[in-house]
Amino acid sequence: MSRVLLIEDDPAVRKGVTLALRRRGHEIEVAGSGETGLLALDRFRPDLVLLDLMLPGMSGLEACRRIRETRQLPIIILSARGDDVDLVVGLEAGADDYIVKPASGEVIEARMKAVLRRVVPQDPAAGSGPHGRDGLPHVETHGGLTVDRNALLVAKDGGELVLAPSELKLLLFLSAAPGQVFSRQHLLEQVWEHSFYGDARLVDACVMRLRGKIEDDPRKPVYVQTVRGFGYRFGPVPAGPDSDGPGPAGGGA
Amino acid sequence: MPRGLRVRLVVAFLAVSALSALITAALTFREARSAIIDRTQDSAVHDLRAQLESLAPDLPFPPSTQDLRNFTLQLDRAGGSRAWRTAAAYRDGPLVTAPGTERPPAVPAALREAVGERGGTVTQRTTHDGAPRLAIGMPVAYAAATGGDADPGKASGLVVYAEFSLDDDKADIDALVTAAQAGAVPALVLALVPALFAARRVLRPVRGLRNGAERIASGELGTRLPVTGHDELSDLTRTFNTMATTLEKDDAELRRMEATARRFAADVAHELRTPLAAMAAVTEVLDEDAHSGALPVDTADAVLLISDETRKLVRMVEDLMEVSRFDAGAAALHLDEVGLRTLVTKTVRLRGWSEPHGQVVVEVPDDIRVRVDPRRIDVVLANLIGNGLRHGAAPVVVRARLDQAPGRTAAVAIVTVTVTDHGPGIPDDVLPHVFDRFYKADAARARSEGSGLGLAIAVENTRLHGGSLTVANSPGGGAEFTLVIPLPLPPHDPEEGGRS
Repeated sequence: MSRVLLIEDDPAVRKGVTLALRRRGHEIEVAGSGETGLLALDRFRPDLVLLDLMLPGMSGLEACRRIRETRQLPIIILSARGDDVDLVVGLEAGADDYIVKPASGEVIEARMKAVLRRVVPQDPAAGSGPHGRDGLPHVETHGGLTVDRNALLVAKDGGELVLAPSELKLLLFLSAAPGQVFSRQHLLEQVWEHSFYGDARLVDACVMRLRGKIEDDPRKPVYVQTVRGFGYRFGPVPAGPDSDGPGPAGGGA
Repeated sequence: MPRGLRVRLVVAFLAVSALSALITAALTFREARSAIIDRTQDSAVHDLRAQLESLAPDLPFPPSTQDLRNFTLQLDRAGGSRAWRTAAAYRDGPLVTAPGTERPPAVPAALREAVGERGGTVTQRTTHDGAPRLAIGMPVAYAAATGGDADPGKASGLVVYAEFSLDDDKADIDALVTAAQAGAVPALVLALVPALFAARRVLRPVRGLRNGAERIASGELGTRLPVTGHDELSDLTRTFNTMATTLEKDDAELRRMEATARRFAADVAHELRTPLAAMAAVTEVLDEDAHSGALPVDTADAVLLISDETRKLVRMVEDLMEVSRFDAGAAALHLDEVGLRTLVTKTVRLRGWSEPHGQVVVEVPDDIRVRVDPRRIDVVLANLIGNGLRHGAAPVVVRARLDQAPGRTAAVAIVTVTVTDHGPGIPDDVLPHVFDRFYKADAARARSEGSGLGLAIAVENTRLHGGSLTVANSPGGGAEFTLVIPLPLPPHDPEEGGRS
């Protein structure tokens, strides 16, 4: 039971998606343009936004950026697949996932559920790692970064960070097994619950956004590092110059 | 026959020059030779006549043999530089020559006969020991001063023969030949220069035309050649330019039409997507209600039909969009390094082909890592395996191996994946067409699960990787698709490299 705001200009698609989601027990509010969608945001207080990119007036891209400025709620792009470039730009603007039209209600709901799940499903590799889920401290410190797994809060140098749901999930997943390399396909499966063959650009875009928020210099990432030819890994975080000691300092600087 | 046009032109030019020089020389030579000989002959006849005129009146008539001897002796002495030798005969008498002559003059019998018959001066050219000689027979007529009973001008019956060598004239003629030869060879060598020059002039536009034709052949339809002069070659150049213009226009027209057709297909697919998006969203709602039993049976069937066909239509439009992207050159590779075995098993599992067990057999080594676009290779594999399951028979076997590319740099490896089914194979007449768009092997089975674009898309995806996709019937009987993809090593990540 989620509250979904659907911003889509085509009445038939609006109706079809509404029908499908309502049947599955979700509460839907529809908006025919980006402007009305932004207005509905405060009134309807949705759990999630389904956003068409091709909108009259304010573009879906602009709407995505505006929503992201103030809110952390999940945004899923409803994409007309021809607009490949728009899609990448949309992901960079802060969308958490995308769905290619035409899509069945089942697919839409699966994506919604995946993005609404606050935590990543149990990963066997990470589970056997040093950072267990239970019975261990939920607050970890990696250099200047503090991750609270219970409260789902991330702070950098003491200041709380505003992360989009996909960014947070990716960071939680990677930091649960520092130093371990994950392929982009694996991340797609685990964090986005896409099939193995999903669009890896989703991962790349999310990593870029995440780096922009947590790294001191996104061009020389320390926390989320690229392993050429394989994928991404968390750390190893060096005893950074901005950290006040070689050991993990509780709560950061 | 020399092959080069230039060589042929030069040779022909030289041949013509040589021939004309030869003919000219031959004619000149003949004229010169006969002129020389005629002159010698005339002067000899003139000299002889003059001698006869001065000496004959002193000769008693009829002359005795001794008289004739003396007479010829006088004539011999009077010969001077010509050094002729003379003989005289009176009325068919024997030839009488001067006494002490080491060699009598050679007077051919034919000459004597000719003189007898014609009664006038006759000359004849002979050869003696290979040297040309001239013999003259001259009957002596009564002179006006001779008096007596004889009429002046009447033949006296005395015939004088003179014979001498033409060696001097032959030397003159030989000198002529030598001069002709000495002149002809340098002239021929000189003729080579204008020959080469002419060949160059003629061949330059020909070479230009050839270069132009080569450029056209290589696709540069904008090629035009400069037209100079008003000869046949410039006409040809003009025609060439016209041809190029026509070709370019037709080509542009064809491209425009093709682009329009492709854009139309892409637009149609695109336009279909919005209504399909609405329909696709509700297919499960339809399914659910149709299966709930709340609807009349007919309605439920109709509803199920619509939802099924909607799904097929969605798949078809997606394939059509994909093909349009390939046609527009808008398909992009998103390379990633993945394990090939993982790739194949995921494809099989995601399509639900891992059940029943043994339907699809994956015989791929664990250690092959490939740098490909996983989504596109999944599409290729899914199409090949799905095709094997639909049109062939289980088990469909997927095998793979990694080779170093032969003859290429060591930095390139080649991965070969074969997908073999155990069906009856593909008929030979169908084999060349299996990758055609919308090709249906069996007209009766006009519709199948796929969109009819699956294998065409597989081929395009393979090409995008720089690889190849081929089909043949395996010795075991089933159809065997072979996918070959070159792998660049060592891997580098363009996406990461471009951004970070």
